[in-house]
Amino acid sequence: MINTKDILETVAMIQDENLDIRTVTMGISLLDCIDPDIDRACEKVYAKICEKAKDLVPVCEEIEKTYGIPIINKRIAVTPIAMLTAACKGQDPVKFALTLERSARTVGVNFIGGYSALVQKGFAAGDRELIASIPEALSQTEHVCASVNIGSTKAGINMDAVAMMGGVVRRAAEITADRQCIGAAKLVVFCNAPEDNPFMAGAFHGVGEADTVINVGVSGPGVVRAALAKLPKDAPIDQVAELVKKTAFKITRMGQLVAKEASARLGMSFGIVDLSLAPTPAVGDSVAHILEEMGLEQCGCCGTTACLALLNDAVKKGGVMASGHIGGLSGAFIPVTEDAGMIDAATCGTLIIEKLEAMTAVCSVGLDMINIPGDTPAEVISAIIADEAAIGMVNSKTTACRLIPAIGKTVGDTLSFGGLLGEGPVMAVNTKSPAIFIHRGGRLPAPMQSLKN
Amino acid sequence: MRAVITVVGKDTVGILAKVSNLCAENGANIIDVTQTVMQDLFCMIMLCETEKMSAGFSEFVDKAEALGKDMGLRIHVMHEDIFNSMHRI
Repeated sequence: MINTKDILETVAMIQDENLDIRTVTMGISLLDCIDPDIDRACEKVYAKICEKAKDLVPVCEEIEKTYGIPIINKRIAVTPIAMLTAACKGQDPVKFALTLERSARTVGVNFIGGYSALVQKGFAAGDRELIASIPEALSQTEHVCASVNIGSTKAGINMDAVAMMGGVVRRAAEITADRQCIGAAKLVVFCNAPEDNPFMAGAFHGVGEADTVINVGVSGPGVVRAALAKLPKDAPIDQVAELVKKTAFKITRMGQLVAKEASARLGMSFGIVDLSLAPTPAVGDSVAHILEEMGLEQCGCCGTTACLALLNDAVKKGGVMASGHIGGLSGAFIPVTEDAGMIDAATCGTLIIEKLEAMTAVCSVGLDMINIPGDTPAEVISAIIADEAAIGMVNSKTTACRLIPAIGKTVGDTLSFGGLLGEGPVMAVNTKSPAIFIHRGGRLPAPMQSLKN
Repeated sequence: MRAVITVVGKDTVGILAKVSNLCAENGANIIDVTQTVMQDLFCMIMLCETEKMSAGFSEFVDKAEALGKDMGLRIHVMHEDIFNSMHRI
């Protein structure tokens, strides 16, 4: 029989430390739904999603019961819709968003991602139309998430797209201003977007993927924090790293088990396990609190970047042996409004946007869920996106921006989204104008790191 | 398939009896039991065969949790594989 201590440890992780499977995300290719008649294409999309994902929610619920492990979200990621709009010249891409919404409601998933365009090197047919329609699409739907990849280490940064996205982010917030600007919280601007990411709002189903695939995202900041809390305060930092590694291993093993089981029961191929530490606003489920447990007075103080670098690396090292296929973002997330510790640190001014930018150079994502003043000009938003994309491009890693302009609000006010998206203070941004730089447009050349062949 | 039943809570008379009774009623065959009482805290781990169960597994999980609530204990039933995968390479 298994060791009593191990059994009780697992039960405590789930019951007391918020260990859960954050998401089981089914990737569905829509390449076979392309049709020049948008209404026909929408019908095909609806039919395919409903057919492939009809058992997703019941199967996940069955697995939850069998293993006693909560699966918080069931989601769908589809082929970037810009590839479908390419065939539908002059027709309104929002129809696709409404179709995705209808499919999500039919199969009962929490989110559906893939209202996306990949424009890192340039715009293809349908890309501009889709990007321009994102604000409208997000305001008319509840479950649909959008993302745009505007740069990569291989291609450089598409500065025309960067300029465009500043306006799109603002517009997405403006037309949902009566709903806490929620539109912008469902829109991610990527550099080096992964094609198998199960996490929202940036999930989409890459073109190199199989027709359908199951990707699983694990969670568990609370478990890591609880493990670290038991370590003496004078333990050397290598012991901290070792402990994070061991904990990440256990968490990922659980993800691997669920991924294997879900893909077998659904008769689909198993894609990847994304071993990210994804916080929630719940007490005891915070990445900031892990950093504080390592010995920082508050997240955002000097030393935060170093602690986060250790955490991100140790999570990968621990998780990589635990699963056959690791992918997605895999690391530590730092979404401000979704993390109780980050919310506190941002509210009292310890955590500022410039520090967050430095942190994004060593963690797995980027400037995530950050509320900025409602009067921030589109050019400034574009410039923040450009900075973030440059960090990703040069470091050959994914970076992203999910900024929420708090329309009608300013520094010190709060936006409250509820649920997993949480709430947070509006944070100050540097208001000196980068307008001339942004309006230059063009393509920022790929760095030396791209020449690996 | 084998399931692990964990029972944690304040020690009272008849915990083992009630949990084994639940297993018997539902056709779950108990293979192994370990239990300790640390100060006042009762902690029992039971391994059982669920192949020949009369009720469905999720129904059994619900019944066990309900029994736990009645007795003021935390009772969880989980597939053995979750522990194997987490703690064994």
